[in-house]
Amino acid sequence: MKMKGSQALIKCLKEQGVKVIFGFPGGVLLDIYDELFRHEDILHVLVRHEQAAVHAADAYARVTGDVGVALVTSGPGATNTVTGIASAYCDSIPIVILTGQVPTKLIGNDAFQEVDIVGITRPCTKHNYLVKNIEDLIPTIREAFHIARTGRPGPVLVDLPKDVVAAMLNYPDPKVVKMRTYRPTYEPHPGQIEKACQAILKAKKPVIYAGGGVIASNSNLELTELAKKLSIPVTMTLMGLGGFPGTDPLSLGMLGMHGTYFANMAVAECDLLIAIGSRFDDRVTGRIDAFASNAKIIHIDIDPSSISKNVHVEIPIVADCKHALTSINAWFDRASEFNRDAEVHKHIPWLAQIAEWRALHPLGYVYDENIIKPQFVVQKLHELTEGNAIISTEVGQNQMWAAQFYHFNLPRAFLTSGGLGVMGYGLPAAIGAQIAAPGRTVIDIAGDGSIQMNIQELATARQYKCPVKIAILNNGYLGMVRQWQELFYHKQYSHTVLDVGPDFVALARAYGAVGLRATKPSEVEPVIKEALATDNTVIMDFVIAREEGVYPMVPAGNSTTEMLLA
Amino acid sequence: MKHTISVLLLNKPGVLSRVTGLFSGRGFNIESLSVAQTLEAEVSCLTLVTSGEDSIIEQITKQLHKLIDVIKVTDMNEIEHVEREMVLIRVKAEAHTRAEVLRVIDIFRGKVVDVSPKSYAVEVTGSTSKVQAVIDILRPIGIQEIVRTGTIAMVRAKKY
Ligand SMILES: Cc1ncc(C[n+]2csc(CCOP(=O)(O)OP(=O)(O)O)c2C)c(N)n1
Ligand SMILES: [Mg+2]
Repeated sequence: MKMKGSQALIKCLKEQGVKVIFGFPGGVLLDIYDELFRHEDILHVLVRHEQAAVHAADAYARVTGDVGVALVTSGPGATNTVTGIASAYCDSIPIVILTGQVPTKLIGNDAFQEVDIVGITRPCTKHNYLVKNIEDLIPTIREAFHIARTGRPGPVLVDLPKDVVAAMLNYPDPKVVKMRTYRPTYEPHPGQIEKACQAILKAKKPVIYAGGGVIASNSNLELTELAKKLSIPVTMTLMGLGGFPGTDPLSLGMLGMHGTYFANMAVAECDLLIAIGSRFDDRVTGRIDAFASNAKIIHIDIDPSSISKNVHVEIPIVADCKHALTSINAWFDRASEFNRDAEVHKHIPWLAQIAEWRALHPLGYVYDENIIKPQFVVQKLHELTEGNAIISTEVGQNQMWAAQFYHFNLPRAFLTSGGLGVMGYGLPAAIGAQIAAPGRTVIDIAGDGSIQMNIQELATARQYKCPVKIAILNNGYLGMVRQWQELFYHKQYSHTVLDVGPDFVALARAYGAVGLRATKPSEVEPVIKEALATDNTVIMDFVIAREEGVYPMVPAGNSTTEMLLA
Repeated sequence: MKHTISVLLLNKPGVLSRVTGLFSGRGFNIESLSVAQTLEAEVSCLTLVTSGEDSIIEQITKQLHKLIDVIKVTDMNEIEHVEREMVLIRVKAEAHTRAEVLRVIDIFRGKVVDVSPKSYAVEVTGSTSKVQAVIDILRPIGIQEIVRTGTIAMVRAKKY
């Protein structure tokens, strides 16, 4: 039976398990939207800016573990997605972006709303396609989903010319995608597992350094098993938070530029660094030659190009983190030379040393009873949600305070633009998360600068009845940049002062949401309680200590042991 | 150090820009590049010459391999192989130098591919150093134009 390309496309999306599309229509998408209108089993979320569609799809993917989908029109619709795509690429998030394109016979003619989006996104997608023939449509969509969700996940873009989705075809039978060139390695090499386990047994001062790969591969339980079995402390990257329970005594919290003193000291002094699904980013390592300079390094990653890219690795393990951790745990369960009590005993001096560092400089701040400290707000959010909320963030100080003070115990609950650092990520991400998990509390911890970059999405939140809570840590500054100016540019606050901002309470009301404000510490808890009890989108405007800084801080280019502590 | 890297890839639209974009985006250099179809119509072989420390070369091969359309990446420096490139040289050839040009070309096993009253166009193939040598020798006689291909390389067959 023949069907139209647009109909086949929707059928294929369903075949791929798609339940939600974040999109925004346009001329070349009319066939697809006409078809979409007929399908009640796919929820189309009409965003108010295409960038938001991609961030929302990204958050949807992070929360569910499925592939997120965005649908946008040609030209400006497509170019508006680039920031979202680049962010998903940096953070290895599986999404498929469907862009409309002008009819094939007009491609290359500088037609109205024509851009070479495949060319533009080549460096920031895992892969991308222009579908030129109707026969290629369905195989391409299948391949796109396959590539997005397997191996090191990432965004895949498919450009769909108007005439292709309007053409007729016979829908090809579903089949398993088999590609000649793309076969990610999931299973670790047993020899490497053996070497890694022997090294772990020899180590006196081991540290696990876990990244987003632990979340992506759903290996938080396997990681926890390993850490507990051998009593190894765990530090996490921004992307890895929630991969190991943040309130566990073995957790050192986050490492790196705004990591804890004790995490950075532990990494600097360790004799074995076990990197799992992390990529030695410069925000983590600081000055590279001083990073874990006394340690042998084991690195588990599904992407061979991540291994030995920045730091030489003695024991590389190319594999899916879950498979590798399962093999490692099984090795210890079998090994006659492994004695759990002896191993735990052996690590006592090391853990005592770390406890000393922790006692010397715990993560903290100076409470003030007259002015709201941002850390206090995050702590209260944690307390009043019992640590069970899904937290998205904007970028800047707000993001770091969220990472430091909301101690994540669960994976897929912390949504942040880690690699690209996109201001404006948080609100659309909160919407994507709320659509993915309707029953959960979702909070965007925001800055007064960033929130304005996608503030229009309040309308989307309202339209789809997403009761997301936006906690603005309002300092009247582009705070993180101001902090750098304070520390390294003689307090010359060049263009970081947000002298004029909206009245966020009135703004919330203008969108039919609820606006609340706290100006004193005593108002923080009542405001949060009221927000949590409200079945509507809420903005909480917390007027905070204007020049509060994020500490510890490793100045860029310094070794991570050279931390500013306050 | 110079490395010759051979890449088998699917012959799809845009595949070459994926490769060159990778090099420019990551700041790797390309000294020469040559690409054409293999025996299989849908597969191309791309040979490129690049240079860098071992860690850079390792990244180059890994990043190339990561491209979805790439089938196989071989760092030729790690195996026995033969390399060739070709040059076309238009050299001045007037009455008193015509014989000399022919002698040089003969030594390098080149051949004349175009003749005019005042010049020869000659073709020479060989290793990069041989091609460079013939250029250096003909230069004093008067080279008007050269066109060089990139290097191509093939793994040597096992001898036993
Ligand atoms: C789109 C974008 N533009 C610029 C930046 C650079 N930048 C990083 S943090 C920051 C300040 C953010 O201000 P705000 O949202 O108020 O957060 P705060 O640091 O004050 O908590 C800026 C401008 C960025 N990360 N993203
Ligand atoms: Mg601010």
